[in-house]
Amino acid sequence: MIVAHRLTKTFKDKKRGLIKAADEVSFTCHPGRIYGLLGANGAGKTTTLRLLATLLQPTGGTCTVAGHDTATAPQQVRANVGFLAASTALYGRLTAREMITYFGRLNNMTDDAIRQRLQVLADELEMHEFLDRRCEKFSTGMKQKTSIARTLIHDPAVMIFDEPTLGLDVMTARAIVKFVRACRERGKTVIYSTHVMSEVEKLCDTIGIIHCGRLVAEGTLGELRARFAEQDMEEIFVKAVGGEAALAQAARA
Amino acid sequence: MNWKHILTVYLKELKDSLRDRRTLISMIVIPTFLMPLIIFGVGTIMTKVVKKAQDERTTLVVIGGQDSPGTLAALAAEKKLKIVESTGDYKKMISDKQVRLAVEIPAGFEASLKDGEPKTVMLYHYEGEMKSSMGVGEVDRFFRNLREKTIETRLADRGLPPDLIKPFEIKRQNVAPPEKVGGNMIGGLIPYIIIILCFTGAMYPAIDLTAGEKERGTMETLLCSPVHRVNLVLGKFLMVMTASVSTIALTLVSSSVSIIVGGSLMMGNSGGAKAAGAAAGGGGFMPIIDPAGILGVFAMIAPVAMLFAALLLTISLFAKSYKEAQSYVSPLIIVVLLPAMMGMLPGIELTAKTALVPILNLSLVCKEMLSGVWHWPYIALIFGSTVVYAAAAVALCVRMFNREDVMFRA
Repeated sequence: MIVAHRLTKTFKDKKRGLIKAADEVSFTCHPGRIYGLLGANGAGKTTTLRLLATLLQPTGGTCTVAGHDTATAPQQVRANVGFLAASTALYGRLTAREMITYFGRLNNMTDDAIRQRLQVLADELEMHEFLDRRCEKFSTGMKQKTSIARTLIHDPAVMIFDEPTLGLDVMTARAIVKFVRACRERGKTVIYSTHVMSEVEKLCDTIGIIHCGRLVAEGTLGELRARFAEQDMEEIFVKAVGGEAALAQAARA
Repeated sequence: MNWKHILTVYLKELKDSLRDRRTLISMIVIPTFLMPLIIFGVGTIMTKVVKKAQDERTTLVVIGGQDSPGTLAALAAEKKLKIVESTGDYKKMISDKQVRLAVEIPAGFEASLKDGEPKTVMLYHYEGEMKSSMGVGEVDRFFRNLREKTIETRLADRGLPPDLIKPFEIKRQNVAPPEKVGGNMIGGLIPYIIIILCFTGAMYPAIDLTAGEKERGTMETLLCSPVHRVNLVLGKFLMVMTASVSTIALTLVSSSVSIIVGGSLMMGNSGGAKAAGAAAGGGGFMPIIDPAGILGVFAMIAPVAMLFAALLLTISLFAKSYKEAQSYVSPLIIVVLLPAMMGMLPGIELTAKTALVPILNLSLVCKEMLSGVWHWPYIALIFGSTVVYAAAAVALCVRMFNREDVMFRA
């Protein structure tokens, strides 16, 4: 379970002054459901997710993840979170097995538990073939599988995906989407950020549209369709953020 | 602080670094081969070049002296001198390195030797040119001998004893034990080299473990783990220290072996002996270094390695990429070397004040320890103060690790 309440994050920028990357964002993600965070580039998706994963400290507001407050118990929050982003890379000079084992140990797992868990994950993700090869030589798909195994080694209750299909080929992207669904089926709380409309439509139970750091619309696909009187997700998104002009202006800023 | 986490991070960083070619070269290859190369290679070449220059006959032109045939003949008879015909402008000949110097013998020189007015012999040379300076020394010695002989003749002619103008003799004798001589001679150099290696040994892993991780995108992955940042910093810090200390340990071992091997070669043949001796900083003998001194140097360098490791981690943490970190860190070598060089200057001694200046204090105390002098209060003060500086640097590094504007610099 994730409960974000008026979560705010401001940055100082030399050129643009004070920037509100997240502006009083409030939402709730439930176990066994996928919450989709939809937004254009620079809308505040990554900042919001980093706040949930305690990589950043909020300027205002509160957030509880898996029952722990991100401000007062960041270690416990991270112990219950699997965070996967385009910016979370692998150690190239380690093998996939070493990489996953390392994060198992950092999550206080015993070597036995790591071995058993790794066996299960490697079966599921079909990783056996490259488990003992160094990550630097991996294809994008192999890298992504290894990253997924890394986030899942400690079997976290909450999964945070920050644009996990960015730059991937169709096959790998489909495998990721399949895997995110599997997480939901196992009762995990999943939050998934993307700017790909079709992924949101296919995958998410609840959709939050974020624009300039603010959550401008929230609901199930059906609710959003009814509210904006549109069937197409892209049209819904454009209406939600205040039209094309607003999008273009945000892109320029 | 969680030692299990620190150890996990440390062991992973160690494995990762040992697979990195850049770190391996700076941590193992350079320290193993640098000192033997300096001691044997450069030393041998230097000695050979100097010896060749010394063995070469000094070419010179003589100006005037037609009425002093005796002096000319004596000059020509000198084994180390070779008189050549002047082809015109002698100054140009010296500048063009056709001859090393020119001697101008004044008119009536030989006649004046008996009891005439004092004349002046001019030696023209090229200041700063090694061969010319050595040549001018030879000729200078020749004329000094001639002057002494002339004085003796004059005294004898007047029936006076030669002692008349030598009321006393001056002699020098060395009272310093051999290890002190060696310590003083190479004692200044060893800390200097060790400080450089301590720094460069720590440099690459420090950059790789911070800016390198940011650049490769693994820093965010690491920060997602439920490990407190203090433990991440300490694990990384231990790795950088390991690199720094192993660089120095390998250097000390490889230079000790070179000195021992060089020493046994010296016993074997005298030609090589001179080369090895000169290379090790002595004038034809092997300096004896107190082994306890070497251990002392190693113990004193430990807190400095801590200081370097923490500072380098902190500075490279600011950078977004390996290259950016390199451009921050490289100029620091000069900052570090400045106090190390000051330690080699005459007149800068170990006092309560200098004992508090980092790096300079190490340079000074190493010189003393290598020559067998142990000032325990100063040693304690230096060790203690450096540990305090190092601890402050580690604390600073942890602070930086907790600053999101540093960790997620856009």
